Amino acid sequence: MKAAVSQRDWGFMTEAIARDDTPLDVVALYIFIGVSAFLAVLATAFTQDPLFRFHGYILTAAFVLGFCVLSLRIGSGKLRSDPGRYSDGVIRAGVIATMFWAIAGLCAGALIASQLSWPRIFYFPDLPWLNFGRLRPLHTSAVIFAFGGNALMSTSFYVVQRTCKARLAGGVWPWFVFWGYQLFIVLAATGYLAGITQSREYAEPEWYIDIWLTVVWVAYLLVFLGTIWKRKEPHIYVANWFYLAFIVTIAILHLINNAAVPIGLLETKSYSAFAGVQDALVQWWYGHNAVGFFLTAGFLGMMYYFVPKRVNRPVYSYRLSIVHFWSLIFIYIWAGPHHLHYTALPQWTQTLGMTFSIMLWMPSWGGMINGLMTLSGAWDKLRTDPVVRMMVVAIAFYGMATFEGPLMSIRAVNALSHYTDWTIGHVHSGALGWVGFISFGAVYCMVPWLWKKDRLYSDKLVEWHFWIATTGIVLYIAAMWVSGIMEGLMWREYTPQGYLANSFVETVSAKHVENVIRTVGGLMYLSGALIMVYNLWRTTRLPSVARTPERLVPPPGAALLAAE
Amino acid sequence: MPEREHDDHSGVETTGHEWDGIKELDTPLPRWWLWTWYACIAWAVVYWVLMPAWPGISGYTHGLLGKSDRAAVSVELAKLNAVRGAGLVKLRGASLEQIEADPGLQTYALQVGQSVFGDNCATCHGAGGGGGKGYPNLRDDVWLWGGSPEDIQHTITVGVRSGHPHARGEAMMPAFGRDQMLTSAQIGDLTEYVVALSHRRADPAAVTRARQTFADQCAACHGPAGTGDVKRGIPNLTDADWLYGSDREAIRGQIFNGRNGVMPTWEARFSPETIKALAVYVHANAAGDATARPPAPAVAGR
Repeated sequence: MKAAVSQRDWGFMTEAIARDDTPLDVVALYIFIGVSAFLAVLATAFTQDPLFRFHGYILTAAFVLGFCVLSLRIGSGKLRSDPGRYSDGVIRAGVIATMFWAIAGLCAGALIASQLSWPRIFYFPDLPWLNFGRLRPLHTSAVIFAFGGNALMSTSFYVVQRTCKARLAGGVWPWFVFWGYQLFIVLAATGYLAGITQSREYAEPEWYIDIWLTVVWVAYLLVFLGTIWKRKEPHIYVANWFYLAFIVTIAILHLINNAAVPIGLLETKSYSAFAGVQDALVQWWYGHNAVGFFLTAGFLGMMYYFVPKRVNRPVYSYRLSIVHFWSLIFIYIWAGPHHLHYTALPQWTQTLGMTFSIMLWMPSWGGMINGLMTLSGAWDKLRTDPVVRMMVVAIAFYGMATFEGPLMSIRAVNALSHYTDWTIGHVHSGALGWVGFISFGAVYCMVPWLWKKDRLYSDKLVEWHFWIATTGIVLYIAAMWVSGIMEGLMWREYTPQGYLANSFVETVSAKHVENVIRTVGGLMYLSGALIMVYNLWRTTRLPSVARTPERLVPPPGAALLAAE
Repeated sequence: MPEREHDDHSGVETTGHEWDGIKELDTPLPRWWLWTWYACIAWAVVYWVLMPAWPGISGYTHGLLGKSDRAAVSVELAKLNAVRGAGLVKLRGASLEQIEADPGLQTYALQVGQSVFGDNCATCHGAGGGGGKGYPNLRDDVWLWGGSPEDIQHTITVGVRSGHPHARGEAMMPAFGRDQMLTSAQIGDLTEYVVALSHRRADPAAVTRARQTFADQCAACHGPAGTGDVKRGIPNLTDADWLYGSDREAIRGQIFNGRNGVMPTWEARFSPETIKALAVYVHANAAGDATARPPAPAVAGR
């Protein structure tokens, strides 16, 4: 059969496709990538916009590379998936990507924190792509979407297979989801540095990058749904409800908030479909629910699998998981207007945003209770297992951030906290404490499982990671509370003559010490992550344990074996 | 029917399902959790009744308390303007000299001026008025447009090249290099000449060559001795104060590109009394006015 493939040059591809044993999903992907490569070449060739051409080169390179790899793989017949095995390769890739982007995002954060601390030293007037305004969205997107997104994708692929007892649906398409998402990250990140942006918080990528993400995200949804569809368990596990809510809602938010009209089909720039305060409301409806469904629901899904699995105890309350799941997703979607208190947004809309945020407090805490109380009967593991401790501290930070959020949504509190560093501290207790630690915990769990090792390389290093990073978070958020409340008070201070007592630049220079402490905290968190990367790398180099491979179904019959 | 098991530790039954070894307990909802949630919902309902909350077809529920952000802002602004007005009215009838002579009035003007300066002027002139490259230092004794209180007041009112009909800055520095009015060699010689004007060591040959060029091209504005003209905002080239930098590269760049600074007019933003206060503040902060003293003798070509 191999000889038949390499007869004529063009025949190489057509015959590869025509081979009766090439799965349909591979053929579909092959055609899709081929057409995309063709379109990317055309767009690159005909555009007048140098920035669009720059992205055209990246797209062309990615699609041509993908097409070549697929051609080689199809030619060697390597892309048939074994329905009797879990699809773990894409999860291993996802874990590596998670840690890679974690380091990248944290480095970007440390750099911009240094720029705020020492603006004279870290100001590069000749290098516009290193400007704070371009690096800041790079940092937020790298941490949320690149690190958090890869963590969610890889854990969701892991969890959905194990809890459904089914291999990932879609054959080779999970690999498309993985690589397509990395391409999205590269386009977004290079776009920020080059100055391509919609200037919408957490939704900076321009229209064509949004379309690409939509394609990838729909593929992700179909893979996830397809796996649930063919599950061998009678019920759907709670972790999968949360993952599914995250995938579906992010799709809706993404589509609506990014509704825009490009100024030309070969141009980077576009204009939003909304205007004025409506535009602001749509943006913060999106922005708040990116927090709610990406950073809360998705990572709760992670918690609901890895915590009970690691401590080997049943989930505390099935009823609580139902009630807090549905109340969380119904109430969260209303809370966005609290980002626009005391603006042109009508007051009644602000009221609704605030009151729904208050009502959201207990639904959020339902997840914390279920996570923490799952440890009842296994509290000793807090002492003996640093990975458990990391996940428990994550849940504690989750509880703290979801109390602080409703508090800050109260208009009187918001009048002080809004636009200050308090918000930055709040976000980071959620991002560093909750999202970061629960993801690190899950990755610490998964790496030995995925690479077939019986343990991590060093629990001692996990201890070091835990303590350095936890101290870093505490330094970070404490500094931001102090500087946030201080600058909020300074902004609202009037002289007896009726004039503002402090100029803006005075409030900035007053925060210098807190900014430096924040930088130190961030560097400590980064150091912990570097220790983790070393630990994981050494773990993968440990001798593998000879474990019987996890099989979903009895080994295939003799007829199939003979065909190989 | 799934088989429910009994969990020994908690004494609660499981739901009977199992996923990859994970089971779930059938623990009831925690009471404190449920009641706190009910309390939050009740608080929200009360808030909706009292405050503007729910939209209708053509309007929204205004709430029993009749609160409105828009009305509240108007009241606050009126209060603020009353506080400000009570002080500013004292400045209205007084001339700048009278304000500076009256310690009470001067203190008041300085307090207002400091706030207004911090929020509006510090962006360019620096937090303390120390200036920066391209933005004049307001703390020294060198004034492009005059350092008397009246001069300062006028500059703030009309701005520099601001589009105001009486704006300062009609005289423009040409871009001798960019517009190819002078050759590169001539600009190099002129640079040496300007260095020499400010009492620094320069290449004598270049200074000699540039003497005629300076007389032809520069002296019309900067004066034959390079001492400038404060009435027209022409900088003095013989002192040690340089808006765009004092080294040869900076001087050459200014001759080549001829940058002309811009400052907005504040007439539409501030009341005349506020501008008075600002002028008093800036004047008090400065170290006098060098143009009021006789100019130093020119020593070009030394």
